[in-house]
This record gives sequence, C-alpha cells and structure tokens, in this order.
Amino acid sequence: MKLLDLFRRKKKSGQYIAAQRLRLVLTHDRANISPGMLEVLKDEIIAVISKHLDIDTENVVVNLTEDNRRTRLVADIPILTNRARKAEARSKKGPPGKT
Amino acid sequence: MAGKIITISSGKGGVGKTTATANLGLSLAILGQRVTCIDADIGLRNLDVMLGLENRIVYDIINFIEGRCRFRQALVRDKRFPELYMMAAAQTRDKNSITVEDMSKVAREAAEISDFVLIDSPAGIEHGFRYAVAPADLVLIVTNPEVTAVRDADRVIGLLEAEELAPAQLILNRYKPELVRRNEMLDPDTVIDLLAIDLIGIVPEDDKVFGAGNQGRPVALDEHSRAGKAFRNIGRRLTGEDVPFEALRKQTFIQRLFGSR
Repeated sequence: MKLLDLFRRKKKSGQYIAAQRLRLVLTHDRANISPGMLEVLKDEIIAVISKHLDIDTENVVVNLTEDNRRTRLVADIPILTNRARKAEARSKKGPPGKT
Repeated sequence: MAGKIITISSGKGGVGKTTATANLGLSLAILGQRVTCIDADIGLRNLDVMLGLENRIVYDIINFIEGRCRFRQALVRDKRFPELYMMAAAQTRDKNSITVEDMSKVAREAAEISDFVLIDSPAGIEHGFRYAVAPADLVLIVTNPEVTAVRDADRVIGLLEAEELAPAQLILNRYKPELVRRNEMLDPDTVIDLLAIDLIGIVPEDDKVFGAGNQGRPVALDEHSRAGKAFRNIGRRLTGEDVPFEALRKQTFIQRLFGSR
C-alpha cells in the first residue's frame, strides 16, 4: 500500500504537480527574477566567461536553489580542457573500446 | 502587564482570516483569557457578523481614533464571555482613514485591558496590511493548501522578515485529509517545508464553519466540530500549553483516521 502510494505520488499526482510548481514559483518570487530573465542571465554569463575561458556552452546549467529561505544562484560551467576535448572527439566517433 | 498583540494575516483574501480571528478569540475566552478582537478591515467589516455581535455596535474604531468616543465605548462586549470584546471596523470609510500610529495606539490601549489582542488584518500587502501588522508581537499567517494561497503567504512572510517585524507562525486552514490521502492536495509537511515557518495549527475543512458564519456562532463553541477543536488547540498553544499536533505526520494521521476505525 505504502509502495503503491509512493509510486502514485511520483506519477504526476495533483499533489506532486502542485508541490513542484509551488517550489519553482516561490524560488523565483523570493529571488525576484523571472524564469525568462534567468535565461537572459545565463546567456550573458556564457558570453562573459567565454571571453576568458574555453567553455562547453551546450552544457552550462544556471539555476536557482533554495535552502531554508536562502536562495542562491548556482552556475555549473564545464571548461573545455585538452582532455575534455579529446573525450568529446572520441565520443563523437563512437563508443569507447570498439576501435 | 500588557497583553500580547497578535495579528491574523494572509496576503490572499478568502482563506479564513476573519473565521480564524473569531474562533481564536472565543477559544482564548473559553480558557478564561481576557480578549479584545479588533477588525482592521476598514470599509469591509465582517468580524462583527462572524462573532454574532453586529446588532450591538454603537461606535467603531474610526470614531475612537477621531475622538468621538472613549476607548471603552468603542468596544462591544460578547454576550457569551464577559471578558471578550470586539472593536468594529468603520464600514463607510476606507483604509486611508487610519495610520500606522493610530492602529498602534488602539492596539496598545486594548493590550492594557486584555491578555490577548487579536487584530483581523485586511487582505493584500498594502497600507491595510501594514498598519495591521505594525503593532503585533506575533503574526499568525492563515493559508490554504493551494498553490496561490501558499504563494501569497510566502510574500507576507518575506515582507515581515525584510522589515524585521514580528515573528510569524502558520495556520493551515481548510485542510482536507481525504484529498491529501489521495495525493490530490498539498500535504502539510510540504507546505511547512516550503514556507520554512513554524506551524501553530492545522484546521480541517468542516461544513460546520459555513453554518457558524450564518448564525454568528463560531465553531470553537461547537464541541463536535473538528475545525472548532483545531481552533481551540491553537488557543491553548497561544497560552503556552504544549498541545501535540495530531495531523502533522501524514502517515500516523492517516493510520489514526482510517486504521483505527
């Protein structure tokens, strides 16, 4: 019964959707930044960082996180090192170990 | 010693501020406390009707502020509890007829003769809300388990924190255990977690609240009302009594509700 409940809750119950929407709305309200503005911010961060570093622009993640009413802006920006470039090139060729 | 000033607020309208004020006033009176309830919703008064005192109003809060009557004259004494008083809002004026200082003066004067002063705040976050929370020692935030109501409650909590006003506690009103059980309504733990605020009570949805409004006899007076019991528990918590939360933990609550029958 408990397991079933857990499963149901995960599966887009009204309660789950409400909680997720509420979480997002509160985070943006508290930080006073709209989701659209966050996208603009992300693009500008990418532009600024790119001037100085070679970054993987496809995989930049900029998000607001919440912890006990404290909001922080977290940016995860992968830097392209030589090793990363090689790995990327390899993965484009095909799965590793099948050369 | 001056009594404690408590403002009941919510941001969103229609979540049960006035119902909560009336019921907490009676709950505290039942416990033998001296209580003064002040309707701060100038222009849209309703606390009088909730308490069943609408026919006994002679003067209102604006009459007192403008010096047309003495403080005691502006108070309506409850028939059921001689130490429960209500001060009515003016119906034909608007919220700009009152300043933050006016409300603080009224609240302080009420605190002189009461153990608890309950201020029923208007909805919104404008001037009416600001004068209502200004004199408070504690703000009780009423919300419903709905995205819109919780969002507005969060705004109010944020404003109270930003301006370093009184501490806030949460009343989760119109909670439906059955809907929560079916995962169709936000559960209390999620709401408390998201708002990061202390809980003082969960009031279940109860059809008797509707009839109570019709009759001017709040459910706190009804032995058999579940909402009435929840309000009486909040009253006891306000007096410092440690009353356990029945409905806080979802599993145990459900077990208690459906398992034990």
